[in-house]
Amino acid sequence: MKGRKSLLWVLLFLLPNFLGFLLFQLGPILASLWLSFEKWDIMSPPIFVRLKNYIDLVSDPLFWQGLKATAYYTVIGVPIAVSLGLVVALLLNRKIKGLKLFRTMYFTPVVCSMVSVAVVWGWLYNRDFGLINSLLKGIGLSPLDWLGDERLAIPSLAIMGAWKTIGYNMVLFLAGLQGIPQQLYEAAEIDGATSWSKFRYITLPLLSPTFFFISITSIIGSFQVFDQVYIMTKGGPGNATRVYYFYLYENAFKFYRMGYASAMAYILLCVILLLTFVQIKFFERFVIYEVT
Amino acid sequence: MLKKNLQILFILFILIVGGVVFLIPFFWMLSTSLKSPGEVFIFPPVWIPQKFIWQNYLDIWKLVPFSRFFINSLLYSSIAVVGTLFSSSLAAFVFARMDFPYKNVIFLLYLATIMVPGAVTIIPLFILMRIFKWIDTYYALIVPSIFGSAYATFLLRQFFLTLPKELDDAALIDGCNPFWIYFYVTLPLSKPALSALGIFTWLGTWNEFLWPLIVINSPSKMPITAGIGYLQGAYSTRWPLLMAGTTIAVIPILFVFFIGQKYFIQGITLTGIKG
Repeated sequence: MKGRKSLLWVLLFLLPNFLGFLLFQLGPILASLWLSFEKWDIMSPPIFVRLKNYIDLVSDPLFWQGLKATAYYTVIGVPIAVSLGLVVALLLNRKIKGLKLFRTMYFTPVVCSMVSVAVVWGWLYNRDFGLINSLLKGIGLSPLDWLGDERLAIPSLAIMGAWKTIGYNMVLFLAGLQGIPQQLYEAAEIDGATSWSKFRYITLPLLSPTFFFISITSIIGSFQVFDQVYIMTKGGPGNATRVYYFYLYENAFKFYRMGYASAMAYILLCVILLLTFVQIKFFERFVIYEVT
Repeated sequence: MLKKNLQILFILFILIVGGVVFLIPFFWMLSTSLKSPGEVFIFPPVWIPQKFIWQNYLDIWKLVPFSRFFINSLLYSSIAVVGTLFSSSLAAFVFARMDFPYKNVIFLLYLATIMVPGAVTIIPLFILMRIFKWIDTYYALIVPSIFGSAYATFLLRQFFLTLPKELDDAALIDGCNPFWIYFYVTLPLSKPALSALGIFTWLGTWNEFLWPLIVINSPSKMPITAGIGYLQGAYSTRWPLLMAGTTIAVIPILFVFFIGQKYFIQGITLTGIKG
């Protein structure tokens, strides 16, 4: 389809989406870059401060604490969610009765909102009357202050986060597993391969694109952890769970330091790009897209 | 053969135990929501309440405007779905099927924004809402999501590219204009992609918390997620009430999930792997 008349169609078709894209996506992305060089409390006019926000951030202990807490959350949560998602997928990847029922069981947390889930887990983790501590007491162990202890708070949040995403990873892994040609396993069996070597030399390499995708998206998601912190800990105890996104939110919408928060947002963008780049480099050596 | 059967039995056993443990949080939510205030604090914990206190549900329904929360969430997410499907599919059709100047540049711009985290856009968006005087109105919840997103457009474009182009050409020869081709050829063939995108847009909007938290203050305009946050702030230690409220919030999602499970699963594999 060519010609001037078709250009009119293009404009008509593209208009709503492109307008929204300019106004609510590209525009804001550029605006916040500009804001990150300004000092602005919304009330008075913004003042151009060059790199001051970035320089201040580097010497802000809470900025570093936010990065540290977020990284800690990621390092604990993502491996649990990925490995257990794979285990469940491997167990389910066979002809068994009730496959759908099991899949539903493990997938249910995925569809619920993080807010609801966080309220429920806040109650499970409750120090005095929570179910987890009651069970610990029941088998003679001493209860723990899951969300109130500085060392435990992040792992507790990460475990809940993993519980919520295992089902998602499971579905992706199942799709990946079903894409592996059955003949490969049959051939390996004829050659006398053990279950482990089949897993190690067929399943794992052929699942590498799935691993790649899950790893990248999980880490991006994990670096934006916010809802559960807002509901369960509000950054405490002390600053133990003041994760990056939560501190950014506080700067922007509690202290109205718009420029400062925008600088934080741009640093987050750089961190995410860097982590993604590193993963691409890492996976480049392992990912196998096709069997030849 | 016996060994094989034993192995299957063992796997089933692990799956069942794992699944039950997995669902305990939901069970505990339900159980607590039906308890009397005193029963919550009993040790050892009571799994099934002595007497079901359904009153908790009535109480919480009266204490906070739950029906409003629901209507708001429903409104907010349905409009987002319709808007996204409409705007993004039109744009995706153009990117997949038509030629125009700077097409690749614009498409690259779209792609470049997909990886950008929400944190980068949320502050200017909030300021924009203030400039429009939309803070604490439905507009702030609805308008930014009706034009679709770069991601949705990208996803649909990828799908449209897999459709045979011959059908378009045939329709063109028959004298169809681009809109008829889009409407009668492309859309009907894209039902799986559209339903997947629709479901995920719906779920994402229904579960969104941060944006309503920032732009909405009055409970009467809150969607259910912000409502739960509000509820938790107000009744943080009245566990049966809080759990009753959370149960009410979770039920519609689970209902939709159980009915449309096939599409959820399809949607993940479609949006995930192929995207």
